[in-house]
Amino acid sequence: MSSTVQSTGRTWKKPPFIANPVLRWGLLIATVAYVWWAMTSLPFDWDRIQDGVPRAIRIFKGAFPPSFIRGELLFDGFMESIKIAIVSTLLGLALSVPIAFASASNIAPKWLYTIGRGVIIVARSFHPVIVAILFVKAVGFGPLAGILTLTVYSIGFVAKMLAERIEEIDWGQVEAIRAAGGATFVTLLYAVIPQIMPRQIGLSIYQLDSNLRASAIVGIVGAGGIGSTLLNAFGRYDYDFALAITLCIIGVILVSEAISGRIRRNLW
Amino acid sequence: MVATTQPTGPDAIAHREWSRYTTKERWRRYGVMALVALAVVWSLSTINIIWPWLWDAPEQMGDLFARMFPPSLDGWKDIAWTLLETVNIATIATFFAVFLSLPIALIAAQNTTPNRFTLWLGRFILVSSRSVNTIIWALLFVAVFGPGVLAGILAIIFRSLGFLGKLLGEAIEEIDRAPIEALESVGASRFKILIYGIIPQVMPTFFAVSILRWDINLRESTVLGLVGAGGIGIILQGAIDTFAWQTVATILLAIIGLVIIGEAISAYLRKKVI
Repeated sequence: MSSTVQSTGRTWKKPPFIANPVLRWGLLIATVAYVWWAMTSLPFDWDRIQDGVPRAIRIFKGAFPPSFIRGELLFDGFMESIKIAIVSTLLGLALSVPIAFASASNIAPKWLYTIGRGVIIVARSFHPVIVAILFVKAVGFGPLAGILTLTVYSIGFVAKMLAERIEEIDWGQVEAIRAAGGATFVTLLYAVIPQIMPRQIGLSIYQLDSNLRASAIVGIVGAGGIGSTLLNAFGRYDYDFALAITLCIIGVILVSEAISGRIRRNLW
Repeated sequence: MVATTQPTGPDAIAHREWSRYTTKERWRRYGVMALVALAVVWSLSTINIIWPWLWDAPEQMGDLFARMFPPSLDGWKDIAWTLLETVNIATIATFFAVFLSLPIALIAAQNTTPNRFTLWLGRFILVSSRSVNTIIWALLFVAVFGPGVLAGILAIIFRSLGFLGKLLGEAIEEIDRAPIEALESVGASRFKILIYGIIPQVMPTFFAVSILRWDINLRESTVLGLVGAGGIGIILQGAIDTFAWQTVATILLAIIGLVIIGEAISAYLRKKVI
């Protein structure tokens, strides 16, 4: 009886997210200290930042209403972006398939596996913009640099995902073809490829969409497409045209995302 | 009737040929293939490529890599320092973006949004944030606040909001209703329902998504400098403009190292949290 009387006086407290109090307070203090340190050590140029508000007002005044007067330039830029995306997706896929086979641990010998994974890691580590700069230096300004960049970008993603799919295949079919005396190439063609085909097609469509997005940004460093048009508009302080381009980029990305999502849903 | 058709039956079955696709499927496949071929031919024939440049490309690339070798260690202090700056930009921006994305996620989730207007407002914020790339955000903020780390941090925050808000919003939409009803039945206020009913349920997703975004932001912050928004990109651009290819090689190696370490840390943290 007395215990129930006592328990009514207690109030419930939410259990803390991290049970250990030392760890909890330690993490909190460490986070606060880090944020404070980072904010004070980063080189902010406060004088220039104070100019920001009037500048922002001027930019937004200049940007509204968006100007579609140079519609032809806009259209050409987009067409170039789409072409870059198509060609680079095709090239990237053609190169990703052998690289994916090379970097699947259940198929490739150890030495080939190491090389394949190395290629994927290098292709994935660099942001497409960095790759684009290098290609612009090597092959000059224009869509060619964009195509090469996005080819590398596609390899990094498609080869990785495809290699993972190859590692998950049902091994029984491979054994069956081998038992029937199939050569290595025949085994790949009839036992492995049919199993990875659905994933491959899904990835291709995803990558086309992804390359279209990326082609809008590699143009900013001179690799052709709508990004170049956008950078020029920014450089000439044509903020109304820049806004028009940005709105069109958003529109195109939403449409392409919707289309690719729909196709992939139907596939899987 | 049965007797007359019987002999032809097995015969016909024996002579049938197996094919993988029906006629309709086959024509659809040819159609898709023709479409793809057409798109490729159209792109290649109309794109503005200067072909001699392409044939020249392997030689040029070889030359570029030859100039990069061996990577030069001069100025490694600068590189290390800006690398740290890059990490700080990514981390600080992720930190703020995570807090700012919470209210957006709440109004963009169907079950927690106060009304229809806020739902559409939330969705509008998410879509516009997600469809503008970090580099384009950076371009805008460099024009507004001048070149520097602030532009970079803001660009990453604005881009991350959409990503974090969308994934968190989806997590909020999938929560278990029962704890919320329990809280409502004892008369908890909206704020208390949020703190005690919703947040504990989305906490694991919250951490997982934040760590994932930090990893992505680390990669993106390496290129912000190319449009003047701080980080290692600035000295990379400087080295490229002065044709200091050996320094470029060092910077590129440093970026690979950073990205790989970042991936390892985020993988470790993810395992720890979930």
